[in-house]
Amino acid sequence: MGMFDGKKGLITGVFNKQSIAWAIAERAMDEGAECGFSYMPDKPDDERKKNLGRISKLTDGNPQAKFVHPMDVTKDDQIAAVMEKTKAELGQVDFMLHSIAFAPPEDLKKDTVETSREGFKLAMEISAYSLMALTNHAKDILTDGASVLTLTYYGGEKCVPGYNVMGVCKAALDSIVKYLAYDLGPRGIRVNALSAGPLQTISGRGAGVDEMLGLYEAMAPLGRNITHEEAGKSGTFLLSDMSSGISGEILHLDGGYNAMGSPGRMLEQIKAARG
Amino acid sequence: MASILERVTDIVSEQLGVDKDKITPETSFVNDLGADSLDTVELVMELEEEFDVNIPDDAAEKIQTVGQAVDFIEKNGSSS
Repeated sequence: MGMFDGKKGLITGVFNKQSIAWAIAERAMDEGAECGFSYMPDKPDDERKKNLGRISKLTDGNPQAKFVHPMDVTKDDQIAAVMEKTKAELGQVDFMLHSIAFAPPEDLKKDTVETSREGFKLAMEISAYSLMALTNHAKDILTDGASVLTLTYYGGEKCVPGYNVMGVCKAALDSIVKYLAYDLGPRGIRVNALSAGPLQTISGRGAGVDEMLGLYEAMAPLGRNITHEEAGKSGTFLLSDMSSGISGEILHLDGGYNAMGSPGRMLEQIKAARG
Repeated sequence: MASILERVTDIVSEQLGVDKDKITPETSFVNDLGADSLDTVELVMELEEEFDVNIPDDAAEKIQTVGQAVDFIEKNGSSS
């Protein structure tokens, strides 16, 4: 018996095996879920179809993976097409995972104050608005009582230097979680976000994960970083009936880092460095 | 035990989908193999995992060929 026996879900945004979405999807399927997947479309001139190849490493040969379909979230017709595909292959779904974000690297590297207008628009559209668009298009295929989950980061709540414009996007995303939780509440549909501490993912690499890993280890109450496996556990918790009653929530999976109001045990290191 | 060059070649071949016999130390990831920015980041992460080595962003930007990757790993890796 698995916690997702008889459950169905739509998973967006798996890039490769380091993706948090991969960890969540793998665990959900192990626990019995049937899943459909969307992925970032390959460029038309990419003969090797690399993005499809990356996600296929998760879905190929797994009987719980029912389809894989490309989706560019800046295109409403492509979002609609994925919902049609989901309806045809799975009928209604019990959960949906939104794991999509982007900012132009040149903007991400700048001080936030220097973010370009076009970079800001694109980052906001893909990283925040896409949760609204996806959920709106999914309204008809979500069961009453379904769970919608997105992935956020603490840099949307407080200033985390290096996270820059993506932090602003995550602040918007966190707010969207709360408003959508209200809108869909009458149908029993829950909307939540998982706020994971730094992990070695393709997105993490773009946002300065190396420095953050050391900081969390030194400062978090647990004195360590979190793992991909833990992201899979917390993510499936929020997607499952185990979290019924939780909505509009930002769940921090960060070893307690966000609870700290001072560097804590890291102060000893600072004192030692001063000699 | 395969040499570092052989192991790097295996990873590059697998990640970028090119025949091993087309990969030499002089092969450039971007210019010869058409790697885009995501490919490059993914490749760096694979090398870090395989060789248990940390490749910071500023170092990664300077690694443009197979040979430069091997050099970095020889100087910084635990080789196991």
